[in-house]
Amino acid sequence: MIQVQNLTRYYGRTPAIQEVSFEMEKGEILGFLGPNAAGKTTTMRILTCYMPATSGTAKVAGYDVFTQSMEVRKRIGYLPEQPPVYMDMSVKSYLSFVAKIKGVDGRDRKSRINEVMEKTAIADVQDRVIRKLSKGYKQRVGLAQALVHNPDVLVLDEPTIGLDPNQIKEVRGLIKSLAGNHTIILSTHILPEVEMTCDRAVIINRGRVVAQDTIANMTQRKRGAERLVVQVDGPNAPVRDKLSSVSGVKKVKRDDAADGINRYEIECEPGRDVRRELAQAVVQNGWGLLELRAKDFTLEEVFLNLTTEEGGVAA
Amino acid sequence: MKNFLAILERELKSYFLSPVAYVVLGFFIVATGLFFYNIINWFDRISMQSMMMAQQYRQAPQPVNVNMMAIRPLLHNIAIIGLFLMPGLTMRLFAEEKRQGTMELLATSPLTNWQITLGKFASALVFYLVMLLATGVFVGLLFFFGNPELMPILSGYLGLLLVGGCFISLGLLFSAFTENQIIAFVSAFAVNVSILALGWLANFSGPTLAQFFSSISPIEHFDDFSKGIIDTKHLIYYLSFMFGGIFLTYVTVESARWRGAR
Repeated sequence: MIQVQNLTRYYGRTPAIQEVSFEMEKGEILGFLGPNAAGKTTTMRILTCYMPATSGTAKVAGYDVFTQSMEVRKRIGYLPEQPPVYMDMSVKSYLSFVAKIKGVDGRDRKSRINEVMEKTAIADVQDRVIRKLSKGYKQRVGLAQALVHNPDVLVLDEPTIGLDPNQIKEVRGLIKSLAGNHTIILSTHILPEVEMTCDRAVIINRGRVVAQDTIANMTQRKRGAERLVVQVDGPNAPVRDKLSSVSGVKKVKRDDAADGINRYEIECEPGRDVRRELAQAVVQNGWGLLELRAKDFTLEEVFLNLTTEEGGVAA
Repeated sequence: MKNFLAILERELKSYFLSPVAYVVLGFFIVATGLFFYNIINWFDRISMQSMMMAQQYRQAPQPVNVNMMAIRPLLHNIAIIGLFLMPGLTMRLFAEEKRQGTMELLATSPLTNWQITLGKFASALVFYLVMLLATGVFVGLLFFFGNPELMPILSGYLGLLLVGGCFISLGLLFSAFTENQIIAFVSAFAVNVSILALGWLANFSGPTLAQFFSSISPIEHFDDFSKGIIDTKHLIYYLSFMFGGIFLTYVTVESARWRGAR
């Protein structure tokens, strides 16, 4: 549905994004993840034909965003960071205007507008002036606007920013319910959002893609060297020596201790499962094994890892 | 065409919803009303003088021409009042879209920049037409109490529409430069006033320069229209002025997009 190849965009001499490439299948939800000013909005603006790229190509539904821009625009719904609403219009007349300029047929307009108002739960405020609506409602009007022409692709730039927790939950639920019929790109710097709503994520930092994969793979991949957490009831030094001597263990780090119970974080060689050996070692010495589990990297750690290392890590 | 109309319709709705437009309309009516009152007073005095002169010399009184003595100065004043107020109508057009972020909606919809620019221009022109229609009341009064000729009035209003169109195209351009309505207003205002001053400069300069100044000032070109003359040279002047303003606006909008600015 979307093919992005080596997209580069300069503002003057400063590169905003460099060699960004990714692909999306129909019906997928892709999380576009990165710290502020990483180039998320720039990429989205190129995809939505707001501005051209300096080099590289992007195709939406088979149409090139630069040479067949009008075709792309008909098929894309875009919610910028600031919902693009006219403050002095009523919700209904605003949506009717958007439907017109997006080329929704006159006969379908009314039913389309009613449908999206229902979907985004704004039917109860349809005659209110947008200026008077709460932030959450404005955001939902923005979402309704992006949906009104039933686009194949939805591009949402930080759709939950500035909302309260309840509203965030609602918006996320709404986005999830839209997947399948629509292909959705969602940018955010809130990690749980990606974990909760997206199938796949692209992590972008300083204008470059540093990782792209499914969420599950991403959190495992970084595991590379397996990490375990062990809690032992026993004296620190001998336990530590014993644990270190188990074959396959690379590093042992004590990270918590209370009442003679020590917790260690163990890093072992990639691909080796040393849990049995560790358990045996502890039990044979008569210490108490209180906990032994594999530790997953959270997306948060992956993200921090990728975005703070100098130059980033190639995926 | 459908897209152009959609933009035009939205802009017009927005005019009639915004207080600024009513303030402009209100000031316009009050100001033109005051000028009308003054002109009629003056016209009265002239007529009276003409009567007295007739009595003195025992002749039939010379009729005073309503078109030349009342309507022409009135239209002239309307043109100049329009010059001052027009930036108030146009300042919003692009600046507000940029500030609100709605430019992003327009720019990512299947619309061309021509449709957007022309739609906005036309909306301000239509609102200006409404303002002009309001001044029809004054002209109507003259018809009620006198017998002016209709055709020079119509040509005069055509001239007013063209002069206004020029100022609208300029204001539109300044609105496209910035996302701050006040900057758009002040810069368009300053340019309009300088244009007005160009016409005055003609009075104080040598014959060559004088001709140059008066031929580039939109106000000077208006004079013939108010006399009932529709000269193609003036038509071409006004149409190319407007086209120039609209075209530069289009280029500004287009280039902002290339640069990725809002």
